[in-house]
Amino acid sequence: MSQPSQVNADIQTVVQMVSGPGLPLVGNDIDTDRIIPARFLRSVTFDGLGEQVFIDDRAAGQHPFDQAAYQNAKILVVNRNFGCGSSREHAPQAIARWGIQAVVGESFAEIFFGNCIAIGVPCVRAEPTAIAQLQKLIAAQPTTILTVDLATQTIQANGQAWPIQIEPGPRQMFLSGTWDACGQLIAQVEAIQTTAQTLPYLTWHT
Amino acid sequence: MSRGTLFDKVWDLHTVGRLPSGQTQLFIGLHLIHEVTSPQAFAMLKERGLKVMFPERTVATVDHIVPTEDQSRPFADPLAEQMMAALEENTQAHQIRFYNVGSGSQGIVHVIAPEQGLTQPGMTIACGDSHTSTHGAFGAIAFGIGTSQVRDVLASQTLALGKLKVRRIEVNGELPPGVYAKDIILHIIRQLGVKGGVGYAYEFAGSTIEGLSMEGRMTLCNMSIEGGARCGYVNPDQTTYDYLQGRCFAPKANWPKGNWTEAVSWWESLRSDADAEYDDIVKLDAGAIAPTVTWGITPGQGIGVDESIPTLDAIAPEERPLAEQAYQYMDLAPGQPIQGTKVDVCFIGSCTNGRISDLREAAQLAQGRRVAAGVKAFVVPGSEQVKQQAEAEGLDQIFIAAGFEWRQPGCSMCLAMNPDRLEGRQISASSSNRNFKGRQGSASGRTLLMSPAMVASAAVTGQVTDVRELMP
Repeated sequence: MSQPSQVNADIQTVVQMVSGPGLPLVGNDIDTDRIIPARFLRSVTFDGLGEQVFIDDRAAGQHPFDQAAYQNAKILVVNRNFGCGSSREHAPQAIARWGIQAVVGESFAEIFFGNCIAIGVPCVRAEPTAIAQLQKLIAAQPTTILTVDLATQTIQANGQAWPIQIEPGPRQMFLSGTWDACGQLIAQVEAIQTTAQTLPYLTWHT
Repeated sequence: MSRGTLFDKVWDLHTVGRLPSGQTQLFIGLHLIHEVTSPQAFAMLKERGLKVMFPERTVATVDHIVPTEDQSRPFADPLAEQMMAALEENTQAHQIRFYNVGSGSQGIVHVIAPEQGLTQPGMTIACGDSHTSTHGAFGAIAFGIGTSQVRDVLASQTLALGKLKVRRIEVNGELPPGVYAKDIILHIIRQLGVKGGVGYAYEFAGSTIEGLSMEGRMTLCNMSIEGGARCGYVNPDQTTYDYLQGRCFAPKANWPKGNWTEAVSWWESLRSDADAEYDDIVKLDAGAIAPTVTWGITPGQGIGVDESIPTLDAIAPEERPLAEQAYQYMDLAPGQPIQGTKVDVCFIGSCTNGRISDLREAAQLAQGRRVAAGVKAFVVPGSEQVKQQAEAEGLDQIFIAAGFEWRQPGCSMCLAMNPDRLEGRQISASSSNRNFKGRQGSASGRTLLMSPAMVASAAVTGQVTDVRELMP
């Protein structure tokens, strides 16, 4: 192994509250190929992905990401198993670069969820009935300001509040500004070496 | 909460500590990288002035963007060439082992790591690719990660993670003829749904699983992610050890430097205990599994080849909107038999089914037959080694004589990042893993997932065909 050189290793920004208009995207099992088709992965950067988000679905017209009413949206409201399929971080990158700062859904695919944490975009779960109400409310009045609050674990709109859930670890990472774990991980270099020494297979073919 | 499973044991052994957030810091024993999800991670390292902490535990290959016809450099696609050049530069700068095209060991990352003996029981394995679950076939905890996490592993060889629950999926009984590992996993996903595994690691067990070859187990674990499970695994056994012994990076048997005996006893100690506790247990009967085909736009929308596309009333209410989308997108009518559905393109390959046994099974069906008129059929070996082995056995000649194209290794039309793609509304019979809308390179293209033998059967008949009718 090489010795770490710790320079500017992590970004510390507390994410407690995201407020803004919502964007309802109805449907279960929306996969990352739909969020960003593979042909847009042919790049060595994430630049330009914001314009390409849901590009094939948008070609059919009337897609929420194209509707004038939602152009200032900051909170995406989705249904079940959002972000399933490929591990491509390009998917949350595309959503975030379009302007979304938090996602509220019935449930999320595991890898997509992890990728969102790693780039500082909270994904929180709410009951299907709450999601349906929120999607309806946004569609009826797109200028409604929603507030996702990780401290109180609620989403609020029009004086109403619905409970939201997020695992304690990721929640704490957002509230303490440590969602970019890189620096914290490297800081444990001694413990990493100690663990490595207990793993027999690391020396089997040296 | 699970206790005494292989997952618990391997997780504990690789736990570096608990982070202030409560997440586990998990050591990654093997980090596999490729050209699509690593360039941005290396750029982030550079930005932050970080090094790769364990370059010797990192292995690279190129697979997603490589053309399967003309592989001369520079690649015809300048974007592909740029990604290739970035990987060459990054692996060289950080002294990372790189299996490049023409090295004799290049191929799909989930095919080459087992081939080289890099994948071993008891390891934690991460890769910026969701099909990393493949490596669980060896009794490893293997899972896909995103690019920021690739950065974290490069910089620290660790990840911040929450522990998964463990579901044991027990499949017992003898597999009927014409039914393969691909059918088992499509059947499991059909039963448990594409979201059923979210939050779980899948432990595949039972006599049917124990009877599978390593390649079959890889196919099975590969598609755990399509069932929502980030990783899937099979406890290591003699089949695992027999596969590993003698491979390049496997522990050596010869004295005095050999560690084989030590390795096997360590691997044995990691198997799930007889009294292990699981968060959930599901039991399935192998005899009830038929050759399976997907008819829709998620891998969970599958049926036996002898069944008809389900009508709306046969589908659970919460699944109906997706089924209606699928009928429309696929242009397949509910109630219509899937058998007889015309296909335009037949693709044999991918990290799911691009290994030598897959090609043997397909070749058996292709032998002495001809690809149907109007059908484009092609075979993409999973790696340079698979290609070489297939050619040594004459499989390439069987395919070519039958009218299949015989290509160079890569991911190819599984996700169509290279020139291999569907055109317009074409419908493919594919041995790959995803039938999502637009997955195979055309925004309106359609995919039917099935085993390689079923793809070969479709190729020679021009339509979805029950492989059992063509078997010798």
